[in-house]
Amino acid sequence: MKKFASFVVLSLLLALTACVTPGDPETGGAPVETRDPNADVTRVEVPNPNGANLPAILTSGVLAQRSIYFALDRYDVAEDYRGLLTAHAKFLVENRNFKVLIQGNTDERGSHEYNLSLGQKRAEAVKQILLLLGAREEQVEAVSLGEEKPRAEGHDESAWAQNRRADILYSGEF
Amino acid sequence: MNPIALARVTRRLFAAALLGTAVSAHAQLAIEITGAGANQIPVAITEFGGDAGTSRALTSVIRSDLERSGLFRLVNANGVAMTETTAVDYAGWKSTGADALAAGSLGGSADGRLEARFRLYDINRQGNLGGAIYTTAVPQLRAAGHRIADYIYEKLTGEKGVFSTRIAYVYKTGGRYELRIADSDGQNAQTALASREPIISPAWSPDGSRIAYVSFENKKPIVFVHSLASGGRQVVANFKGSNSAPAWSPDGSRLAIVLTKDGSSQIYTLAASGGGLTRLTTSAGIDTEPQFSADGGTIYFTSDRGGSPQIYRVSSRGGAVERVTFEGSYNVSPRPSPDGRSLAFITRRDGRFQLAVMDLQSRQVQTLSDSSGRDESPSFAPNSRMIVLATEAGGRGVLSAVSIDGRIRQRLSVPAGDIREPAWGPFLK
Repeated sequence: MKKFASFVVLSLLLALTACVTPGDPETGGAPVETRDPNADVTRVEVPNPNGANLPAILTSGVLAQRSIYFALDRYDVAEDYRGLLTAHAKFLVENRNFKVLIQGNTDERGSHEYNLSLGQKRAEAVKQILLLLGAREEQVEAVSLGEEKPRAEGHDESAWAQNRRADILYSGEF
Repeated sequence: MNPIALARVTRRLFAAALLGTAVSAHAQLAIEITGAGANQIPVAITEFGGDAGTSRALTSVIRSDLERSGLFRLVNANGVAMTETTAVDYAGWKSTGADALAAGSLGGSADGRLEARFRLYDINRQGNLGGAIYTTAVPQLRAAGHRIADYIYEKLTGEKGVFSTRIAYVYKTGGRYELRIADSDGQNAQTALASREPIISPAWSPDGSRIAYVSFENKKPIVFVHSLASGGRQVVANFKGSNSAPAWSPDGSRLAIVLTKDGSSQIYTLAASGGGLTRLTTSAGIDTEPQFSADGGTIYFTSDRGGSPQIYRVSSRGGAVERVTFEGSYNVSPRPSPDGRSLAFITRRDGRFQLAVMDLQSRQVQTLSDSSGRDESPSFAPNSRMIVLATEAGGRGVLSAVSIDGRIRQRLSVPAGDIREPAWGPFLK
């Protein structure tokens, strides 16, 4: 697991004070301490990741092709991608120190979390083919980005088709 | 109370800039209200005694809160200044049509802070409904106003108010994501987390001190628990595959989450501090979006085990699974209400995504349709009266809050960017 560096930008301004039952002004009850709970919210910035440094073979030719597209409501890999996935599996068989992360994606329609699970099905389908073609379980991780990282930002079928996709990332890119 | 038949009311409330509050760098949420309760209670809030500017700032928060709820009609107090010790002219106030009256004062406390005192009166019964004293620092005057509005709301409706609660949401603009925490009126937004990668599914711990969420900052979804005061973040689920959909048990000790480490998305529980992982569901397909019932005994979730996404439930200790939704081919995002009576969820009808509420006793479903057809991510207010959800207006993500009977709607939007993934926080302790 990578280490998550996070740093605090604002510091705490106020100490916590407990609240009691409201006092009644007539009976002379104790006043209630009222604080803005948001005065305590500390801002955290997530740092930007570093760039990848891949060997040339992965950035040109067939291994530079990393995207598998899916039809609407489909989670099986189309026959067209046989050559592409065979090439990636061959590279993984010949380079056992390399790992891949398969990121599944969906279009924007529907529940964020349900779409995350649908994207997972696409990533898992690609993973299973790579395993059948000789890649090892420890070399391949299937994850989902759901609808959260659209390649195309539009709200029509042409944008949605580009977002029904799984991408292959190599060690160094994730 | 006088039943006031109100036609559709639309008004825009922009919160007054408050004394002592620096102009925030964040764009504040603007609130638009449509609709009104069937029986609005006419209430008068007098000008409180003390410094006129500070008093106005306080009473404007109280008035805005009560009005925004849709359950009250503000009776013009005609600038009458009245403290909690002034004798009440019941006959005079009755002639204004007010059923209730609040009066009070602002003064300095011994340690240099402010002390807000107020008292609430029943005009028809000519009686005292009680009062309270709240002390606060000047920049936090809004918090005292929300507390007073909650007190008035509870005395007059019999239900706890939610004006002093907070709402978490994700703000997205120009490829940046921020997890923000705002007052329930959209004001006073603070950024808890800023990231270049998406943040989804924020969930409040029952004590309001922490938020669990899914962050994509490491190229895959990982579940964090984030302490709001310290900014400390703990990775609670980073298993092989995807980690998502955190939900707190009502006692705050455990989280239900979704993992794919054993293949497809399945529901597990683990200690909120991490560890003690237990698998809850077993299906060949997708099980996701777990949510504990208020008593902690049941977990509602979305599953495609029947061929289309539907809502199911299971004991939080596991066991037999029962299907809950049957109408339509897409029912997702179950949210049991804190009072245990109803279940909010998102249903797709004719390609439109709409909020629906099921009465868990009768199993009757009411669709609370919204014009956009893009409703997502519902979240109950802690008093179960309102539901906040993400929807779309003018091509941008906005929040909409709707009463459980569908009569009252509020829309919260920012001038630029999208807001999504709302989570209504718990009552303040």
